[in-house]
Amino acid sequence: MKTNRAFVLLGVLLLVVCTGLAASLDRWFMGWQGNRAKNFNPLNVAIGDGQKIFAGQFYRKADVYFHSGMYPSIFDNNASFKTAHIGEDAGATGSKNQGDEANYLGKSHDIVEQFSRNFFPSHHTHLDEGGVAGELGDKSDVREILPWLKIAQELDPEEPLTYTVTAYWLRSRMNKPHEAERLLREGLKALPDHPALQFELGRIYFENQKDSARARNIWEHAVKSWQKQEGVKADPDTFILEQILTHLAKLEEEAGNLPLAISYWEQAKVYARKPDVIQQRIDELAPRKLVPNGPP
Amino acid sequence: MKNSFAVAQLVILEMYRRKDFYVLYFLTVLITGLMGSVNFFNDPKVARYLKEICLALIWICGAFIAIATTARQIPAERESRTIFPLMAKPITRGQVLFGKFLGCWVATCLCLVAFYLFFGIVAAAKEHDWPVGIYFQAWSLHCVMLGVVIGMTLLGSLVLSSVAANITLSVVITAGILFVGRHLNKVAAQMSETAGAMVSGLYYAIPHLELFDVRDLIVHNWPLIGWSIWGIAVVYALVYAGMLVLASWLVFRRKSFQ
Repeated sequence: MKTNRAFVLLGVLLLVVCTGLAASLDRWFMGWQGNRAKNFNPLNVAIGDGQKIFAGQFYRKADVYFHSGMYPSIFDNNASFKTAHIGEDAGATGSKNQGDEANYLGKSHDIVEQFSRNFFPSHHTHLDEGGVAGELGDKSDVREILPWLKIAQELDPEEPLTYTVTAYWLRSRMNKPHEAERLLREGLKALPDHPALQFELGRIYFENQKDSARARNIWEHAVKSWQKQEGVKADPDTFILEQILTHLAKLEEEAGNLPLAISYWEQAKVYARKPDVIQQRIDELAPRKLVPNGPP
Repeated sequence: MKNSFAVAQLVILEMYRRKDFYVLYFLTVLITGLMGSVNFFNDPKVARYLKEICLALIWICGAFIAIATTARQIPAERESRTIFPLMAKPITRGQVLFGKFLGCWVATCLCLVAFYLFFGIVAAAKEHDWPVGIYFQAWSLHCVMLGVVIGMTLLGSLVLSSVAANITLSVVITAGILFVGRHLNKVAAQMSETAGAMVSGLYYAIPHLELFDVRDLIVHNWPLIGWSIWGIAVVYALVYAGMLVLASWLVFRRKSFQ
């Protein structure tokens, strides 16, 4: 009996010592400079920045869903899938894609390969165009990409592309501008004053809420943010600046501020991939600038 | 045949009594239920991720049940020495072996019925649709694919020294074929002539288990596979399974149990 009691007491003593040691070690760990964990998330503590690799995989997974499972493997020709189509179609990033995206499989090499194509998705489709059912399909099926984008965002909260792409599909195809705005504001907490996030936020006000004044303020601020963050770099990312300036120009056109609109078009032309198209627009607007309240 | 059915019945009864299936089924239901309760941007119609997770769990559980059940059949009989009274009965070694194969296969297929029924309920709850045809195709293709895996594991249980080695090798080969089997011809095309010929030979020799993995078609609501194509695939798997059982019999009939 006495022996049992001694064992129980010893067990309790060990438990108390272990708990105390764990508590003191945890306090020391959280203050330690080599600590990679920014919070108490066990995944963050375990793999740290490795999460970003997984985040990239989940972002790709969302693109796989966008194509209803039809996607090249590492063994296939993926030249037409270098940039995820969810990002490209959302206008959130420039495209590096080349070649025929519908025929990346090419001609089948043998009878086994030809036969196997009946057992996996082998036709190119986009969920926002109706997916597998084509024109008859439900275009809001694009919602299916959201879980993977959400996981990608949780794993790498400092990747702006995940926020802008998710926000685009939420507001444009699922009619959920409030959820998109909430997501972007969450993103702006992780990436303060990021021009791409501000640009997308401005689009919500301009295109969904029809609040031009607020959109203008946000986009003007986005231009300043871009100059602060990207303007100082040797090789700045001009894609987003061109987008902001183009949208600002359109906003001013709608508001009837043609001189300002032309000024924005002129700035956008410097960074544009097709400056002649922008010049054409400037040439159209220039005569109207002289006529106050002229036709749009 | 009657003797083989009797042996098969015993294997099914053994599976019914063991806890493996119940634990795996409970885990599948639990994980799918937990994943289904996650809210993504206040949209309750998001379904495909859940279907994919559920099917992945079904495939893992199916493979585990098939391989673990088959791998221990003959070694367990030898260890417990029940193989001797079994052989003393008026039953041939071929009948015992076929009975074991049939029992493992039918038991696994019955487990898959329960799993796919659960999957159907989950998918119907989210998508309000019950495409029985494609579910039947997926279940039947999954069953015949596991028939090949069971045949392979049965052969392994006769030629390999331990159950653990057999399970490990069966898992590695099955996973290897599922992940890269489809691409071996593309890899061969990039290699030198000799190495390429070897890889190409391997490509034609292996049972293409990946053909039977139609999860992407179900997850993304693709239409039915043509029934003639489905029929060819079923025959292809049955032929491979038959060849593996035949190879097992050739080993088993000369095997000494002393």
